[in-house]
Amino acid sequence: MNGNVMGFLGACLPEIVVGAGICVVLMAGVFVKDGRHLLYLLAMSCLVAAAWVTGSGDPAATVLMPGGAFIQDPLTRFLKLFVFAVVALVFVYSRAYIGERKLAAAEFYALSLFALLGILVMISSASFLVMYLGLETLSLALYAMVAFERDSPVGAEAAMKYFVLGAIASGCLLYGVSLLYGVTGSILFSDIAAALQPGAAGQAGALVGLAFVLVGIAFKFGAVPFHMWVPDVYQGAPTCVSLFVATAPEVAAFALTLRILVDALTPIDMDWQLVLSVLAILSLGIGNLVAIMQKNIKRMLAYSTIAHVGFILLGFLAVQGGGLQAALYYTIIYVLMAAGAFGVVLFLAADGVDADQLDDFRGLNRRSPWFALMMLIVMFSMIGVPPFAGFYAKWWILSALLESGQAMLATAAVIFSVIGAFYYLRIVHLMYFDEGAGQPSVSAPMDFRVMLSVNALALLGLGLFPAGLLELCARVLG
Amino acid sequence: MITLTHYMALSALLLAISVAGIFINRKNVILLLMCVELLLLAVNFNFIALSRFMGDATGQVFVFFILTVAAAESAIGLAILVVIFRTRRSINVQDLDVLRG
Repeated sequence: MNGNVMGFLGACLPEIVVGAGICVVLMAGVFVKDGRHLLYLLAMSCLVAAAWVTGSGDPAATVLMPGGAFIQDPLTRFLKLFVFAVVALVFVYSRAYIGERKLAAAEFYALSLFALLGILVMISSASFLVMYLGLETLSLALYAMVAFERDSPVGAEAAMKYFVLGAIASGCLLYGVSLLYGVTGSILFSDIAAALQPGAAGQAGALVGLAFVLVGIAFKFGAVPFHMWVPDVYQGAPTCVSLFVATAPEVAAFALTLRILVDALTPIDMDWQLVLSVLAILSLGIGNLVAIMQKNIKRMLAYSTIAHVGFILLGFLAVQGGGLQAALYYTIIYVLMAAGAFGVVLFLAADGVDADQLDDFRGLNRRSPWFALMMLIVMFSMIGVPPFAGFYAKWWILSALLESGQAMLATAAVIFSVIGAFYYLRIVHLMYFDEGAGQPSVSAPMDFRVMLSVNALALLGLGLFPAGLLELCARVLG
Repeated sequence: MITLTHYMALSALLLAISVAGIFINRKNVILLLMCVELLLLAVNFNFIALSRFMGDATGQVFVFFILTVAAAESAIGLAILVVIFRTRRSINVQDLDVLRG
């Protein structure tokens, strides 16, 4: 019995460590005057400790908590370790930005860790109740983070729009869950999958529930036509928060989709695949086309995110062709690319002025040739030019689609990617072939420079040696 | 005799009213918050009715968690509302139009 309790506690030890870390950071924020560096160190050590307890122990073990609502398996361990690394990257990039603009550091670190806690719970969930609680922990922290630059009028507006749309999304998701609960009599993913076998009673009710659940998923992922919050939030939030919103929650959205659609609703996959393919193609189309018209780089990256989400969703349509591991691979590469792109935007922000217009990139090659090269790598990777990692991410999604006989979807995806190349190349053109006009010279701390370089070069490295990560993705998905 | 269908129809009606309220309302942000609450209450109604008629307590437990989260959610919503009012002196929905494109 005693050993069992320890085993179950071990399954949620990373969450416990992060929760304790939040309390320490909050207390330090209250009692330590001017503790910017201390808070940074505390938040970082919380991440390291949580990563250590996640990584230690048997990497192949699967532990299911009593009641079956919370699971720890190789996939959750892999996703959690990746999220810890991403959040650490966000903290490194944001430190100087927070200091320069005198933002509330304690609130930033505490809310980021709260959001991280929500992501961890979502990744490990095996029932709709746990999934919902993780989702709300994440969302409530994000609403507050978007609004936390208190004197910025756009920040509050973005937060309100995000809040209202996010609340409708959670409401729709819950309504769908209540219908699925009525049909299957359970909220555990495994029980729902067992109860929905073909020919079972109540399929019509399950389909209505499915429709509402899909609305919720599409909102959280930011897929068209439920994408309206994405550009407003990316543009209106402080850049360090945009960086956070663009990276770690995407992993959570992947986990949400995987758990709900694949773990719970596979028996009715014919029905959700049709809807998902429409969402994916609309996201690819609208995302890539509207991004061309943007003058603000954060808004442009938001529409680029919507287009990438379309690609990730395509992976869920090709489960037989290895689409899931391709989608996981794409999610990881996308998060690294978004972190790199927003990292460069943060890198260019100087003297309390955001460099969030496309014009701020003019002549970057003169001012900082090395980081212009890093941005070039990120942009080429987003287009999907070999040998960068973005090429293999797109390649595997497309080959999985072809393998499962969906040539039409693959063709549409390729056409929209080619259209999307235009706005990424425009940034490269601005950096290398245009003259800058009086932008301030860039200055950033050493750790920021090193991590940004590592981040961009990782995209090159993963592109040169792509097989290892894909094998790892296939293995953790089992 | 009130059957499960009646309860579920009422819940669907509440859901429709709240969603319509969010999209038709063009005046006041506080009305948006009220509609969000109504949306969650519609879900709660559904859960409780289903739980009662299936004789399974899971739905009622779920409702407790939803109520807790709804309280936290309105606290955050009102906090954002205060920030908006401080910077613009207005909580009109139509004034939230700086971010577009």
